[in-house]
Amino acid sequence: MNVISLSAFDLSLASVLVLLLAATSFRIGLGLEKRLVISALRMIVQLLLVGMVLKVLFASANLAFVGGMSLCMLLIAGYEVSARQKRKLRGVTGYLISTSSMMVSSFTVTLLALLFMVGVDPWYTPQYAIPLLGMLLGNTMNGVALASDRLTTEMYNQRGVVEQRLLLGQDWQEASGDIRRDCMRTGMIPIINSMAAAGVVSLPGMMTGQILGGSSPLDAVKYQILIMLLIAAGTGFGVVTAIWLISRRLFDDRQRLVLDCLETSKSR
Amino acid sequence: MEKLSLKNLAFLNNGPYNLNVDTGGCTGLSGRSGIGKSQLLRAVADVIPHGGECFLKGVASSTIPAPEWRRLVAMVPAESFWWFDTVASHFSSAIENDDSVQMLQRLGFSQDVLGWQISRLSTGERQRLSLVRTLITNPEVLLLDEPTASLDKKMVNVVEQMLDERRTHHKMSCIWVSHDLEQLARVADKVFRVETEGLVEEELL
Repeated sequence: MNVISLSAFDLSLASVLVLLLAATSFRIGLGLEKRLVISALRMIVQLLLVGMVLKVLFASANLAFVGGMSLCMLLIAGYEVSARQKRKLRGVTGYLISTSSMMVSSFTVTLLALLFMVGVDPWYTPQYAIPLLGMLLGNTMNGVALASDRLTTEMYNQRGVVEQRLLLGQDWQEASGDIRRDCMRTGMIPIINSMAAAGVVSLPGMMTGQILGGSSPLDAVKYQILIMLLIAAGTGFGVVTAIWLISRRLFDDRQRLVLDCLETSKSR
Repeated sequence: MEKLSLKNLAFLNNGPYNLNVDTGGCTGLSGRSGIGKSQLLRAVADVIPHGGECFLKGVASSTIPAPEWRRLVAMVPAESFWWFDTVASHFSSAIENDDSVQMLQRLGFSQDVLGWQISRLSTGERQRLSLVRTLITNPEVLLLDEPTASLDKKMVNVVEQMLDERRTHHKMSCIWVSHDLEQLARVADKVFRVETEGLVEEELL
């Protein structure tokens, strides 16, 4: 069975809905209409572009192309994670840390999945590699960004407590332990919750897509299970990596809390 | 015999500071607010970056792991911080021994203080408990930042007396920061005024 192809007319009907929403926003003075329309346009253009890129990519199935595309995706994800933080680490360090964490959370996990679980031949077959990586990057990004943002903010807000604990002779790990664990929890709880709600409250997007695309529901479900488990593992390890790398930077070689490596918070 | 010495200690735009504190001795520091008295103590405790070096019985702080240095040369900050819900969870198990129980009693606490909620404590209670929290770790040198600022006259006496006994019996040394020159005259054997470029010895009354 083949999926029914959507025509430009079908999509314009859907966009009329968004335009109606924009008109409503204007009428009741929400002030969101401009952002709404721009975001919708961005989404359409970006997805059309990526569709074309994927079309070329799938046709060639070249390792260098797939690698290049993956690298681009990773670098953008790293940027997104560091851009979402209120108090970032100064300079490129923050960006490097976000990118390394995303590397752990998504790259390694995708590679493992391709090589040992999906077992597609060749392993870099773009039809599998790119969507898997995309799903993992997109979903683990939230957890990593949330945890990192919380860590720098909490360390700043609770600097008095951390310093007090250092003054009592605790090492940096003990002095920052409660904060670090708290941030890791913050990063991991959303995925834990969404695993618990999967299928009961929400039908995950990937599974829905596969079913619409004509796969048998059971096959779709098995892929969804794989993806959920990978996202959970990726998020967890990505969060642990990010928290470790950032907190290492916040203490110097004499285990002093050094907050001047953080950018000053922009008032929002 | 000197226990703690500061050699050319400098931080931000302050210093260099040179100072020797004898074994069992107490050096008082005063100076106008904002001059950096607390920062000076924090530099000695090695929680802020600084130039120069501190020595404990001739051993440089940089050769001792930082957490150990901070246990040996322990600072009681002017504002104490508490991060768990109850008093007891902030203390090591050493709080159970007779010496510590006696210390709590002298400072006006009954045994059940350990079960108290932190949020219930007054500023003065926090200040006294913070002192006990540091003293039970038996530091070689105690860095005190306005340790009696929120205590009444009776408690000020108790604290002064208790620290004096520590100096005599445990050979503990102190650096005592206070605005109150009369207090420094009572507790310290030498008093210096902290200036941006160094320390100036004050005449004791």
